Amino acid sequence: MFDKILIANRGEIACRVIKTARRMGIRTVAVYSDADRDALHVEMADEAVHIGPATAAQSYLVIERIVEACRKTGAQAVHPGYGFLSEREAFPKALAEAGITFIGPNPHAIAAMGDKIESKKAAAAANVSTVPGFLGVIDSPEHAVRIADDIGYPVMIKASAGGGGKGMRIAMSADEVAEGFARAKSEAASSFGDDRVFIEKFITDPRHIEIQVLGDKHGNVIYLGERECSIQRRNQKVIEEAPSPLLDEATRRAMGEQAVALAKAVGYDSAGTVEFVAGQDRSFYFLEMNTRLQVEHPVTEMITGIDLVEEMIRVAAGERLRLAQADVRLDGWSVESRIYAEDPTRNFLPSTGRLVTYRAPAEGTQGGVTVRNDTGVGEGGEISIYYDPMIAKLVTHAPTREAAIEAQGRALDAFAIDGIRHNIPFLAALMAHPRWREGRLSTGFIAEEFPEGFHAPAPAGEIARRMAAVAAAVDHHHNERKRRISGQMRPGMPVRFDRQRAVMLGADRYDVTVEDVDGGIAVAFEDGTAWPVESAWRPGNPVWTGTVGGAAIAVQVRPILNGFSLSHAGAGAMARVYTRREAELAALMPEKVAADTGKQLLCPMPGLVKSIAVAEGQEVKAGEPLAVVEAMKMENLLRAERDGTVSKIHAKEGDSLAVDAVILEFA
Amino acid sequence: MKDMLDRLEERRAGARLGGGEARIAAQHRRGKLTARERIELLLDSGSFEEFDMFVQHRCTDFGMAEQRVPGDGVVTGWGTINGRKVFVFSKDFTVFGGSLSEAHAQKITKLQDMALKARAPIIGLFDAGGARIQEGVAALGGYGEVFRRNVVASGVVPQISVIMGPCAGGDVYSPAMTDFIFMVRDTSYMFVTGPDVVKTVTNETVTAEELGGAKVHTMKSSVADGAFDNDVECLLQVRRLMDFLPANNREGTPEIPSDDDPTRVDLSLDTLVPENPNKPYDMKELILKVVDEGDFFEIQESFAKNIVTGFARIEGRTVGVVANQPMVLAGVLDADASRKAARFVRFCDAFEIPIVTFVDVPGFLPGTAQEYGGLIKHGAKLLFAYSEATVPLLTVITRKAFGGAYDVMASKHIGGDLNYAWPTAQIAVMGAKGAVEIIFRADIGDPEKIAARTKEYEDRFMSPFVAAERGYIDEVIMPHSTRRRLSRGLAMLREKTSETPWKKHDNIPL
Repeated sequence: MFDKILIANRGEIACRVIKTARRMGIRTVAVYSDADRDALHVEMADEAVHIGPATAAQSYLVIERIVEACRKTGAQAVHPGYGFLSEREAFPKALAEAGITFIGPNPHAIAAMGDKIESKKAAAAANVSTVPGFLGVIDSPEHAVRIADDIGYPVMIKASAGGGGKGMRIAMSADEVAEGFARAKSEAASSFGDDRVFIEKFITDPRHIEIQVLGDKHGNVIYLGERECSIQRRNQKVIEEAPSPLLDEATRRAMGEQAVALAKAVGYDSAGTVEFVAGQDRSFYFLEMNTRLQVEHPVTEMITGIDLVEEMIRVAAGERLRLAQADVRLDGWSVESRIYAEDPTRNFLPSTGRLVTYRAPAEGTQGGVTVRNDTGVGEGGEISIYYDPMIAKLVTHAPTREAAIEAQGRALDAFAIDGIRHNIPFLAALMAHPRWREGRLSTGFIAEEFPEGFHAPAPAGEIARRMAAVAAAVDHHHNERKRRISGQMRPGMPVRFDRQRAVMLGADRYDVTVEDVDGGIAVAFEDGTAWPVESAWRPGNPVWTGTVGGAAIAVQVRPILNGFSLSHAGAGAMARVYTRREAELAALMPEKVAADTGKQLLCPMPGLVKSIAVAEGQEVKAGEPLAVVEAMKMENLLRAERDGTVSKIHAKEGDSLAVDAVILEFA
Repeated sequence: MKDMLDRLEERRAGARLGGGEARIAAQHRRGKLTARERIELLLDSGSFEEFDMFVQHRCTDFGMAEQRVPGDGVVTGWGTINGRKVFVFSKDFTVFGGSLSEAHAQKITKLQDMALKARAPIIGLFDAGGARIQEGVAALGGYGEVFRRNVVASGVVPQISVIMGPCAGGDVYSPAMTDFIFMVRDTSYMFVTGPDVVKTVTNETVTAEELGGAKVHTMKSSVADGAFDNDVECLLQVRRLMDFLPANNREGTPEIPSDDDPTRVDLSLDTLVPENPNKPYDMKELILKVVDEGDFFEIQESFAKNIVTGFARIEGRTVGVVANQPMVLAGVLDADASRKAARFVRFCDAFEIPIVTFVDVPGFLPGTAQEYGGLIKHGAKLLFAYSEATVPLLTVITRKAFGGAYDVMASKHIGGDLNYAWPTAQIAVMGAKGAVEIIFRADIGDPEKIAARTKEYEDRFMSPFVAAERGYIDEVIMPHSTRRRLSRGLAMLREKTSETPWKKHDNIPL
């Protein structure tokens, strides 16, 4: 076994690998760029080596720097994590030349599977079921359209070297193929330095199901069940689970065996993932093989009890697999949410900056429910523009799917992040979504269920009443404390405040009475329900956790003028707790009209202007492209929200803009 | 007997109606509450005791003899806010447009006298049309009486003015002499002369909102200290402010028991100051993380944002916070920022509120606009205010403390009691580049030499240690321990006494 390994990555995956290595008694070396000087993975590792400027192309992607760092520190092996160099054939080769072990598959397997076109050919050869498509080089938009016409619409255009949704486009018509081809090519070039793309048939209403495989250097390969990752947004996975609610035992075995057959065919000797697209009828087709540890690997670890990183290290060191296929048991259900620095209410545009607040829910196992949070940041950390905007992976595990979802929802409600925009409210809303709960999934789920994008709905029904009860309890806590202020006229008889309150959740009013019950309080509603409310919450705490009427819940609480901004189960509300008289008078107050900013196109995120599609004086129709702003290596196309005439353009190509900077104005 | 009691109730009911149902409805239509509704919101429920409910004017000119309304356009009395007594007057727009008559003024001066005797704060709610012109000089005399009492009470009891409707002419000067002015957006305005007069005299066309709305006074003129969306929000926030303020200049700050551990460590503060000295960071994050429960009542939030002022608590007791804000103009001191902070420091000193100062200041803002605008004198106000302050002064330098601005920001030399610096502090006459270009002027043509000199200067001066070696800094502290340091320091200084030689009053450079 190795004495010291280097992790050629950053963020949560570097931290996650370090944890396992440390448990195995292996010393760890982190590498970091200028932007990551104070990052968590640097702090966690035993040693850290600076490898260059913030831009990944000059640091995390430079093979020589990593090799040099190994030499300097005496690291015997390198774990690549995911992304960066993890699937570059040249990387394990360079390491081998320097006498360093690569904790991952052999270069031959990477080469065979890394290229999406080559991998399809290999899969077909290994009798793995594949999707119809064109695997050759496509030289022009016209060529792309001809191929698409042959396959039949819809089709998908993908970067050959790609992954993670970048350089990927679905096209429903010849026009869209032409546009998508150009864009996919340009994104592929900027993200992967390789602009080759291919086209294949797009399965309608598909589900994304993948098989985790694990091989060793002695020809053994097993599969560790599946993960379903159908909840995606623009082909980027958002929520993953294991097992899949779609599969039955027979399909699971069939998929697993095909995956193993493919892995064996290419001499696969590490952890890898064979991705399939599945129809609602449980038909499945090979999509691609990822020759690395997947982002969503924790859900597999939770249901199998296997530490995939440990297994990768062991097989890399030449050990034989410790498990045979028959030893693999799937236990319970696990759900993972990817917490991203992106604004769900602004079309998921990336957000960067300082994590002013970062409080993750408590990890650990309680009552058969496990909460795990894989992250690479802490409070005071930074989400920079240079890397992937993922903040954390929140994973829950429970005996049943329902309980795992329940736990995930609660954990999301208890996750406090301020300073940047993030998708937690959206994830919490997903957890509460009936279609998700029923497991009726497809990769179009988000587009179908949130066609207008996400806007935190106003709370209603039971959720609203819970939030009202929490608001009343929080307000009560404040009042109880304020009445203990010094300097009162009659110190022995502190002022009393009205127990009859009117809780306003936005414009909805809930009349409640706060009652004392054995050492605690109960919030009584007008209909006679009285819920005991218990919590150790203290002012200043961004998350209220406790029980309302016996149900354990968490609610986000942030102070606003005379009230709190609350969010729970994906619903959000500005809560104000008044006396009944205050509520009566507040009802007389006129509503404020927000200033009209509709006449300007504002930059939705900090980024670089790639192009401006219009000219001054030009008439545009709603939906027409106006400008492309690049951030996080994603090209964000900004479209006109309504018809109008462009009166003035403020930004030009190459400008670096701050959030809300005016790009152009309408007449 | 019963009869007489009933008659009292009847007369009270009449007085409570003010200008009558129709005018009350009109007031509500304008998005405003009545004088009495406002008092209800401001005070603990049921605590209001009214004075002079039946006072009427004595004017007989211009048909005024026939128009008399009990109360005469202002409701006065006292009550409690969280059990602590306050005096309040509330102009009643439904009665003669709230205009000030001799009798109306007497009601206010009676209240001012009472508040001063009882050593309790006075809160005035304004919604009025100015002097009652029918009364002529009698109304002006009334104003003068109110003004003089404002000044007598200044520095003895806190005086708060809340502008909740028109406030023009003579009416503006009483608020102007109180400690804080708050306004309600869209429904209140303040000016000495209204749009009509402006048009006649200067030919300028301007609306009341443009001339003296909440936006103007909180962002441009700095006449007002804060603005709120409506009457309810505003009055509840005044209640919140009063929980921070002492009742008078002798009582000391109020205390609210806090669950927030005074020794709480916040590791995220260790990464607050960015490595790049040209990168800003939000000083408010530091304030919110250091004070109790993140509760901070900001004063003049929208004006001279390069300095932040406001009230917070540490270990349950009020402190005044003054902080340079690197997010705005790099936190530079200019005339506006100096004036804003100077007035805040003097308020705190007058009412025995300890002051915590967070420093990240690159110096004073250069330029003709500043110099012509009297930066010397305005900057001196802040220097003067800190220097004369006898309350505990605790200072934390987070990053830059350059030049004269270092001295001004509650340095040891002008009376700082506890002066701390973070390891990221740079206490120097100026930034390295500027300094090297002066000291080594001869080497300017040689970039290599300049770079070496700059490095030399940075190593020597861009740290807190030169100052610490001289004792100008009591201790270089870890950012994460700032709250613990401050709470211990404040406790240690609670009995601070300091003597100043007898003088009638000082002569602050106004």
